[in-house]
Amino acid sequence: MKKIFRLKDLDCANCAAKMERGIKKLDGVNDASVNFLTQKMTVDAEDSRFEEIMDEVVKLCRRVEPDCVIVR
Amino acid sequence: MTRRHKMTLARILAAFVLFAAAELAPLEGVWKLCAFLVPYFTAGWDVLWRSAQNIAHGQVFDENFLMSVATVGAMATGQYAEGVAVMLFYQVGELFQSVAVGKSRRSIAALMDIRPEYANVIRDGETLQVDPEEVAVGETILIRPGERVPLDAVVIEGSGSVNTAAMTGESVPRDVTVGDGLTSGAINLSSVLKARTSSAYADSTVARVLDLVENSSERKARTENFITRFARYYTPAVVFAALGLALIPPLAMGQPWTEWIHRALVFLVVSCPCALVISVPLSFFGGIGGASRRGILVKGSNYLEALSKAETVVFDKTGTLTEGSFRVTSVRAGGMPERELLALAARAEAYSTHPVARAVVSAARDLGEGPDPAGGGSTEGAEGSADSVEELAGMGVRAQIDGRTVLAGNARLLESRGIQVPGDGGNGAVVHVAVDGTWAGSVLVSDAVKPDARAAVDRLHAMGVKAVMLTGDRAAAAGAVAEELGVDGVRSDLLPGDKVSALEEILASARGSVAFVGDGINDAPVLTRADVGLAMGALGSDAAIEAADMVLMDDRPSRVAEAIAISRRTMTIVRENIVFALAVKLLILVLGAWGLAGMWLAVFADVGVAILAILNALRAMDVSRV
Repeated sequence: MKKIFRLKDLDCANCAAKMERGIKKLDGVNDASVNFLTQKMTVDAEDSRFEEIMDEVVKLCRRVEPDCVIVR
Repeated sequence: MTRRHKMTLARILAAFVLFAAAELAPLEGVWKLCAFLVPYFTAGWDVLWRSAQNIAHGQVFDENFLMSVATVGAMATGQYAEGVAVMLFYQVGELFQSVAVGKSRRSIAALMDIRPEYANVIRDGETLQVDPEEVAVGETILIRPGERVPLDAVVIEGSGSVNTAAMTGESVPRDVTVGDGLTSGAINLSSVLKARTSSAYADSTVARVLDLVENSSERKARTENFITRFARYYTPAVVFAALGLALIPPLAMGQPWTEWIHRALVFLVVSCPCALVISVPLSFFGGIGGASRRGILVKGSNYLEALSKAETVVFDKTGTLTEGSFRVTSVRAGGMPERELLALAARAEAYSTHPVARAVVSAARDLGEGPDPAGGGSTEGAEGSADSVEELAGMGVRAQIDGRTVLAGNARLLESRGIQVPGDGGNGAVVHVAVDGTWAGSVLVSDAVKPDARAAVDRLHAMGVKAVMLTGDRAAAAGAVAEELGVDGVRSDLLPGDKVSALEEILASARGSVAFVGDGINDAPVLTRADVGLAMGALGSDAAIEAADMVLMDDRPSRVAEAIAISRRTMTIVRENIVFALAVKLLILVLGAWGLAGMWLAVFADVGVAILAILNALRAMDVSRV
């Protein structure tokens, strides 16, 4: 399943790159992209565990950029 | 500016005042440090806090941490003013960057924003303003002047003109009247129109285009990936260099500690990668935004990059370089005037559905000589249609018109009746006309070359790009078109499957990239196979939008050269930004190592580079001179 999320207050381009790298490494994630310019995040992950994986994604993003909020 | 920006600004201003006060206050020793700590924490508490958090999370090389170490180091070595100033300028720079990037992001996004906000739907005689998604197919909508057409629809009342610039890049308004189709996303210019919706919002042109544009920057260019990967190694490398700079000279050569630690701190300031990381994608984003304003939709920055390296553009012939529909291109009359011959042929063929026959009829109609299907003709020489018509399959028609026997069809038809037919020249289909057993003339019907096709090829040549034409047509017809356009190569008699192998041959021998331009009808495999596939006039075709890497919203081949020009300009800007940012960073590193550049200069360089790179990136979205 592929879902697109809006990001709020993503303020640094390098953080976006770090998030993307981190999310791609998460277990169950097929592909991910964090777009600093459109402030959007695309996550392609296993259907059955999607919500669970998204919780991981949120945690990871908070670690990289504490100000950034993922609108779910 | 958002609320957050304003708060940061207020904090920076307060820190400035406190900084000035600390600078002026006649304090010494610990008291002086305390006085400077007040503006320091005012300006940078969030940076310090975040770096503390990030260390706990194992994010060592993030810029908050680097700035914290750099400024704490400055304070520790007694450079109070410098420590505060660097933190302050770092914050000013971050704020400026955030505002500038936000602004440019929005203005580029606005270029692409063609989303209709609402639809005026008429239900039970009442006009309601609803979300376009709530409108069903077949409902009646009202579009007032200045409003955007919310869904694809057909005009049922009123007439006027619409501006499709946002969709096609074509700035000349299009006139519409009852029965004409309206493309969603167009802006109604002159008068109130009533229209019946022909598709739901999700299937409307505007929704499809938006979908394409919004997902555009998911596919990143190699340059873009290069720079993020570079940043990943750049920061640690510079930090370790700083460590070496701080430790080796004092330990190995007995140099003074404070001097070398200070030089190392300059390195830490320069090691922040954000200026670099932001400038490249922003340039691509600007280029994609600018292109979309010209009716060129790009599915990802990687395609923009590939197109800029185009060595050969391969065109499909029918529908791409040519109109894709038959038109009368010349009339040759034996005895009677050409006009009369055309009218006669049209009257004979009035009921035929063959594309060639339709072309003859519509050409006659354009001259005011058309047969009137209702029978009550009024124009001179063309009263109604034929009295009786007999279709002769595969050959043409025989008709009785005003007491004369008219034959209209191919040479075989006339020859089968023992009529001498002069040899025909030119490519295309020829309709011979015979009246009462004598050849009267012929009408040449062919697929006309688009008016700007020649200019498109010429412009490609001027840019050093080769143009090749692929077609399923016979060699003779293809050769004539190829000569007219001046293309560098032509491959004819190709079945749809052959087109892929023909393209593969070109791909194999090309050093640069190869772009393919087609109208998306049965050439989707070729679109996919090419380095860059451009679908032309593809608003109607889902398959083409799916298969193509770029979509040209209108069907003029000259758009291809324009797309290449935009891609090249964008790449130039991208390269400028990379070279400039790296050169300045390197310069400051060298100067810093020699003790010639202080932290002030380093921060200014960092912020300055970011801002100049952002401004330069914005040039990419201005495509007015391309």
